[in-house]
Amino acid sequence: MSEKMKEVPGIYLRDAELKAEDAITFKWRPNAKYAWSGGIAYSRYLAELKNGRIIGRACRECGRILVPPRMFCDTCFRATDEWVYVKDTGTINTYSVSYLDADANRIKEPILVAVIDLDGASEGIGILHYVDPKVDPKDLHIGMKLKAVWKPEKERIGSVTDIAYFEPLKEG
Amino acid sequence: MSFDKNTNPLKLHHLVGDMEADYIYTPGVAGDKFFKALRDDEKFLATHCESCNHTYMPPRMYCERCFSKLDKWVEAESTGVVDTYSLAHEDRDGEKLAEPVIVAFIRIDKTDGGIIHQLGGVDHESVKIGMKVKAVLKDKSKRTGGLNDIDHFAPA
Amino acid sequence: MMTIKKRVAVIGAGITLFRRRLKETGKELSYHASKMALDSAEMNLSEIESVVMGTAPDAFDGIHMKSENLLDGAGGTGRPYMRPFVGGGTGVFSPIAGWWHVASGLFDTCLVVAEEKMSPVQPHPQTAFRTIWDPFTTRPLHPNLVWIFALEMNRYMTVHNIPKEHIAEVAVKNKGNALDHPSAQLAAKITVEDVMNSETMVWPVQRLDISPPSDGAAALILASEEVAKKYTDSPVWIDGVGWSLDSSYWTNRDLYFPQYVAEAAKMAYKMAKIDDPPKEVSFAEPYDPFTYKELHHMEGLLLAKKGEAPKLTAEGVTQRDGKLPICPSGGLLGVGNPIAAAGLMKCCEAFWQLRNEAGKRQVDGAETGVCQAWGDLMQVGTVTVFRR
Ligand SMILES: [Zn+2]
Ligand SMILES: [Zn+2]
Repeated sequence: MSEKMKEVPGIYLRDAELKAEDAITFKWRPNAKYAWSGGIAYSRYLAELKNGRIIGRACRECGRILVPPRMFCDTCFRATDEWVYVKDTGTINTYSVSYLDADANRIKEPILVAVIDLDGASEGIGILHYVDPKVDPKDLHIGMKLKAVWKPEKERIGSVTDIAYFEPLKEG
Repeated sequence: MSFDKNTNPLKLHHLVGDMEADYIYTPGVAGDKFFKALRDDEKFLATHCESCNHTYMPPRMYCERCFSKLDKWVEAESTGVVDTYSLAHEDRDGEKLAEPVIVAFIRIDKTDGGIIHQLGGVDHESVKIGMKVKAVLKDKSKRTGGLNDIDHFAPA
Repeated sequence: MMTIKKRVAVIGAGITLFRRRLKETGKELSYHASKMALDSAEMNLSEIESVVMGTAPDAFDGIHMKSENLLDGAGGTGRPYMRPFVGGGTGVFSPIAGWWHVASGLFDTCLVVAEEKMSPVQPHPQTAFRTIWDPFTTRPLHPNLVWIFALEMNRYMTVHNIPKEHIAEVAVKNKGNALDHPSAQLAAKITVEDVMNSETMVWPVQRLDISPPSDGAAALILASEEVAKKYTDSPVWIDGVGWSLDSSYWTNRDLYFPQYVAEAAKMAYKMAKIDDPPKEVSFAEPYDPFTYKELHHMEGLLLAKKGEAPKLTAEGVTQRDGKLPICPSGGLLGVGNPIAAAGLMKCCEAFWQLRNEAGKRQVDGAETGVCQAWGDLMQVGTVTVFRR
């Protein structure tokens, strides 16, 4: 604020005042429901996940293999050309260890998450997923090889969570 | 790419969900004073801008015309005139109501503003634009601070 | 390609308190900031020809289409009024939108207002971020927004081998600078140890690495050169603007460097004819919702070489009395983070600094200031260059 201004407007409303018996507040929960359709590329992607496979789309112009698949290439701005299966193994691009849930509540057992560059997809084309919660966070490092752990076939629903998490790839 | 004519998203591969979050709103500086006076003292308070000669109902802490800060509070009436009305046959989710509800914009006496509310004690045959009405407040014990502390407006 | 019809000046600025919850409604906060800006320029609302309202996702205030709700508090009634939106980047983008209102020759004056009321959403403003994700590829994993910052921070630290202690210096500096800002929410004298010992939220992000959620508003008055000179002898000029967005597929980018900020900065520097940013910029207000973001953004703004911002910070170069003061206001970490209002707070700071009105926060010999914000799905950079 400018030193020429003497007063900063605004009245701090503390928790106690908000919760006071005579305080006026209005509570509301929006009740809108949505149905999102998957479109061409994601519908196939999710159907393949149900089959235990990861599929991408290739752009012949720039040579990139995109996962999750897209029907158009955003750099070349043209339709992608073909479906390509990629591996369910990959490399940690970056990772973190979350002590917060989606509402910012603290949780005891941390969630391990990583951006994973899948083998067979183009360099830098990563996906976000969980890492095996049994892994000690200290043992994780960028560049580490991981492999998908799939849910049993009967439990798969055609979702990214059909992969339960990724675990460190055992050599050999 | 294909463009088919299916308009039902549930027939395609889809996910359902919501955009849910909970909210607690506070009515602000002018709103807090207005709702407390209504709840506790059964008074309709308005703010007045001297330079524009305009009386705001519901009250505001500033004049949107000349941008003066408004701290002159005046007591308005609990009566007014039906400026326009409509008959609602459905609720806000599109469900049919057993009885249509008369929704009206009521110009509050001694102010330049007004309130949207329901009319009661009058049927849709006899309601008229220009009709004089008066606010009927809920029992003091049932008031929570808010526009619903007014149960409805009835012919004066 | 570009024809700028008029040079654009800033002639007034206003701001409210930043707090976790303020009693005023969003409209009332917008009014306070706008009124202070008008008063500081000795202007009446009737002299304002156009209004730009910057405010981030509706999900915070919990009022859908909230810019329409805020209109009267921003002085927009009966005027050409618009809401530009680039998520967290909106605070610095709104004066860019205001700039083109005037630079195009369409209007001689523009009131730019930014507001955020994050307190209504329950149980925590984080809840509003649950619904920004792609419902197919990301939302089923129930991400918390802090995840992506933590992922980015780890990548940045690992690529450049940055010690966490150097990053912690940003919190110490900004919260300390904020002690001199009358609006500040989290001003404090703290140490690197305090940051290092604060609880881990999402590793490597700790409690004192994060700016708070806030309510607040800020405003600027823009005018064309001829009109500005009628009101003031010391206008501050907007000499460069730039913005850029990267792919929405944030897992497809290398998170160690904000390329989109670099693109936005290059656009703004070119317009302002700045060839050597570290030499020609007297101070900067990069977006600092997290400690590492200030450093990341200094590099994106080409004020430090890749990976060198932490070292400059540890050496004291970015202190208010250092060679390149960074966030002399106290930033989001110290003053608070009512998203769009926080970005515009940075532009207000540039105005006060360049007018030599910043009081205890004053940077010596301030000639050129750069403000920057960042947001959307971690993909937008918005940059403005101010000169006295
Ligand atoms: Zn391509
Ligand atoms: Zn007035």
